[in-house]
Amino acid sequence: MVASDDAPRADNSHAPARTVLDDKDISRALTRITHEILERNRDASDVVLLGIPTRGVHLARRIAKRMSEVEGRDITAGALDITMYRDDLRLKPARALEHTEIPDDIDGKIVVLVDDVLFSGRTIRAALDALNELGRPKAVQLAVLIDRGHRELPIRADFVGKNLPTSLVEKVKVGLTESDERDAVDIRGGAAS
Amino acid sequence: MTFTHLLSAGDLDRTDAIRILDTAEELLGVASRPIKKLPTLRGRTVVNLFFEDSTRTRISFEAAAKRLSADVINFSAKGSSVSKGESLKDTALTLQAMGADAVVIRHQHSGAPHRLANAKWTNGAVINAGDGTHEHPTQALLDAFTMRRHLGELEGKNITIVGDVLHSRVARSNALLLDTLGANVTLVAPPTLLPVGIEKWPVETSYDLDSSLEKADAVMMLRVQQERMNAAFFPSAREYSRRYGLDTPRLNRLPEHAIVMHPGPMNRGMEITADVADHVRSVIVEQVTNGVAVRMAVLYLLLGGAAGEPTSEEGTE
Repeated sequence: MVASDDAPRADNSHAPARTVLDDKDISRALTRITHEILERNRDASDVVLLGIPTRGVHLARRIAKRMSEVEGRDITAGALDITMYRDDLRLKPARALEHTEIPDDIDGKIVVLVDDVLFSGRTIRAALDALNELGRPKAVQLAVLIDRGHRELPIRADFVGKNLPTSLVEKVKVGLTESDERDAVDIRGGAAS
Repeated sequence: MTFTHLLSAGDLDRTDAIRILDTAEELLGVASRPIKKLPTLRGRTVVNLFFEDSTRTRISFEAAAKRLSADVINFSAKGSSVSKGESLKDTALTLQAMGADAVVIRHQHSGAPHRLANAKWTNGAVINAGDGTHEHPTQALLDAFTMRRHLGELEGKNITIVGDVLHSRVARSNALLLDTLGANVTLVAPPTLLPVGIEKWPVETSYDLDSSLEKADAVMMLRVQQERMNAAFFPSAREYSRRYGLDTPRLNRLPEHAIVMHPGPMNRGMEITADVADHVRSVIVEQVTNGVAVRMAVLYLLLGGAAGEPTSEEGTE
């Protein structure tokens, strides 16, 4: 889900931020991920891109746009809301649902899940459960902009924008112009800042 | 969510109401999936406590709870210990002892859900599924949801509600909710079928159906509730349907985009003719479909998260 809301394990909201990726870095990372997806899956005719709201959807749309340019045909990205499948629903008051939009039948397809930050892996577990009830993809792959480590489940990403070793007291914030002021990945808190 | 029970449509502020409708919008998609199920309320128990006859509301709540993976216990007064004289309190204590997380109650007496929620007989969330002639909030929510899907945002829309307002819990809940959402409500009924104190409702009233048709974005016909009528409220059924029934000529005088609604069950030929009930502009069957999504939204928002205020401690990821 949204890294900014979910990542913190300590309150560092007043600590100074340090920018790890700027807009050009993000753009290059997404272009590379796009090519890696195409390379791995040949012509990508079976690929369905599904972003996890909110920023995963923005990233999935950007990757879809790049894929369309490379492949010369229209590729659209969908959205997969995982709220109802979370394992921590009972820890917080009921959350608002995000929009789910599956552009295509996913049976027999290669689904590429797209999220902004990979952290504990619990969001991806929930996404896999959600996919299970929508159909039976041939394969599921995972693309993330940032992998910050600290996995709590046996889950790994197939396509990573940047590996970012962090400590648990740090907070990773991904900004994308679709929902934020600017394209940037910032780290807050921790000893380094 | 700023409330722990759903007793009255008037308890919902605009934010809550819109949140329920938006959530229902997302949940409507579940009905078209191959597997119509979400794991969200696994291990929770929802009791349908029905002291009064009902088809669609009970089935709708049951379907909604099951699609969210809750366990459902259906209770109807007929064939239970209520016919041996058990009180609401003892029935509620029994349900509490069985661990009900939510109680959906339909009762013939106005205020029964209120009593159940405030007397602390049960720890579960209480959802009013219709109490006497008082309120039926989930019906109002599904009506608003249906209108919103056809008409867009309800701010400034004109909704005409016609018929037996006196005995209608649907009319009261709709009037309160539609007012919260910014719609203009006109109640049309014979003077004998308007309740005392109607001037304090946030609505306009009229005795003449024909004059309020041209500006209506939606017309909601109410059932004439013969079973609650203990006096002659109108001279004859035929006269009632001539003056307050929706027939094809009246339907043709509605604006192009207007929809026809009915909470059901219908008395065909009384408040609505069969032709109008089955007309393409009638959304009566769709109301039932939407009812499941709206009730899923209510159950999810009441039971899906932790009770109480947000804690400062954040979850993982």
